[in-house]
Amino acid sequence: MDRYDVRLSGSGGQGLILAGKILAEAAAIYDGHNAVQTQSYGPEARGGASKAEVVIKDGEIDYPKAMDLDLLLSLTQESCTKYSGDLKEDGIMIVDSEMVKDPPGGSFKLYSAPITSIAADKIGKVVVTNIVALGILSKIAGVVTEESMRKAILARVPKGTEEINMKAFDEGWKTGEELLAE
Amino acid sequence: MSNDRPGKVRMMQGNQACAEGAIAAGCRFFAGYPITPSSEIAENLSVMLPRLGGKFIQMEDEMAAMGAIIGAALTGQKSLTATSGPGFSLKQETKGYASMAEVPCVIVNVMRGGPSTGMPTLPAQMDVQQARWGAHGDRGVIALTAKSAQETYEQTIRAFNLAERYMTPVILLIDEITGHTTEKVIIPDASDIEIVHRKKPDKDPENYLPYRFTDDCIPTLAPFGTGYRYNVTGLCHNETGFPTNDSNEIQCLIERLTRKIEIYEDDIIRNNELMLEDAEIGVFAYGSVARTAQAAVRICREEGIKAGLLEPTVLWPFPTKAVLAMAQKVRAIVVPELNLGQMAREVSLASQCSVPVHKLGRVDGSPIPPQQLVEKIREVV
Repeated sequence: MDRYDVRLSGSGGQGLILAGKILAEAAAIYDGHNAVQTQSYGPEARGGASKAEVVIKDGEIDYPKAMDLDLLLSLTQESCTKYSGDLKEDGIMIVDSEMVKDPPGGSFKLYSAPITSIAADKIGKVVVTNIVALGILSKIAGVVTEESMRKAILARVPKGTEEINMKAFDEGWKTGEELLAE
Repeated sequence: MSNDRPGKVRMMQGNQACAEGAIAAGCRFFAGYPITPSSEIAENLSVMLPRLGGKFIQMEDEMAAMGAIIGAALTGQKSLTATSGPGFSLKQETKGYASMAEVPCVIVNVMRGGPSTGMPTLPAQMDVQQARWGAHGDRGVIALTAKSAQETYEQTIRAFNLAERYMTPVILLIDEITGHTTEKVIIPDASDIEIVHRKKPDKDPENYLPYRFTDDCIPTLAPFGTGYRYNVTGLCHNETGFPTNDSNEIQCLIERLTRKIEIYEDDIIRNNELMLEDAEIGVFAYGSVARTAQAAVRICREEGIKAGLLEPTVLWPFPTKAVLAMAQKVRAIVVPELNLGQMAREVSLASQCSVPVHKLGRVDGSPIPPQQLVEKIREVV
């Protein structure tokens, strides 16, 4: 595949760097592509705009940071405003509808869902917001297989949390299907 | 990266690759003080070393950590510390001590922005001159760099090998981008990795001189605890290791500390090149910025601009010959780096002012995207 640039953005502490690692491992280890994951965060442990980036490609990846974005995920208004400038005209933007009230306009495709609330209400744990988001974006982007995503999640999450994380992924995947059907 | 090399493929961060490389090189002692963006090196080794019977110590500060690895190295252990800018500043004095006492050890600096505490989480390459000149006094210095997790793994092993071969502290300079980039790393079989061990004494303890002058300029320091007793000091010393005021002995010692790196430059220095053969514009880039340069050179070639890349993997000793050779072929040299021209200065010196050297320095905590370098190259053309 050609270079596919993804940026996962939100607030420090939402687990987006882990989500980036899972996406990269699904692509590189289980789907056999090449992938590189980088991150950028502020000096604070929580809060502040934070981002993780994943570049997926077959063959060598020279510049490791995302450039022209094929996909942007934003879980907060601040990160959406700050990090959406690089989105391609035909790119995909996925936002948390309750957190991002004012997404920028453009010709890209916008998908919005209450990602944090899905984690809180349907799974009962806000901490799996990142995995719900991974379910949505992997369904919508279609660049990494569902099976590889599941394997990569299971390889990364703490022991004893496999079930709840799979449930979070299922819920995200289902939400992605609904968004695509709209 | 190709997957056709033999070995086990894993996804890991540059910092983790550094820890893996250290273990593969035979490192069994780490002392450090955590600091972003290097902390994952300590974090990984705090788990890995005890499992192998090695020692991990979190010291009270960076200076103590540097002292601890010098002590451990003198017992024969391969020893490592890892830090970032502010910690690297603190280690300079004892780094000079390791150069003077000729103690092999490895110091990893995952560079972030400075001066002072600067930008803890953001990349920079502002310590490249400090690596050479940060400690006082004349001496040869070896400093390596790496642009990917794979290279970080390999260069960490090489750092230990060079330290052991030339009996000197070796610095590995990576930056926040390389340290925190997760990507594929191929871990070769242990039998495919070249490992160097320091020389062992060929004389019994009674006839042993730790700093004996030899043709190869490299001393033979017996590990403490093996029956050899000698003095180690930061003062100028003679062949016994005890301080001296003899002007001839001092002149010989300080010249040797420089010469022992100089005479091996051709063995130490290694460069990568990309489309340099017919290049009209030469790019000199190192560390994570070399990846920007690879992308930029390819974009330039598509546009019909004959750009080429010289990428040193060893920053000190500086690759003077390769830079001069490039300067004699190209019309101009561009040096992109995450500082305001620290290596551009060296490139100007090495090229003997035969071609214009253009700086592209970025110090706002952002990487240099390929397009910014392409624009600079267009400007130069």
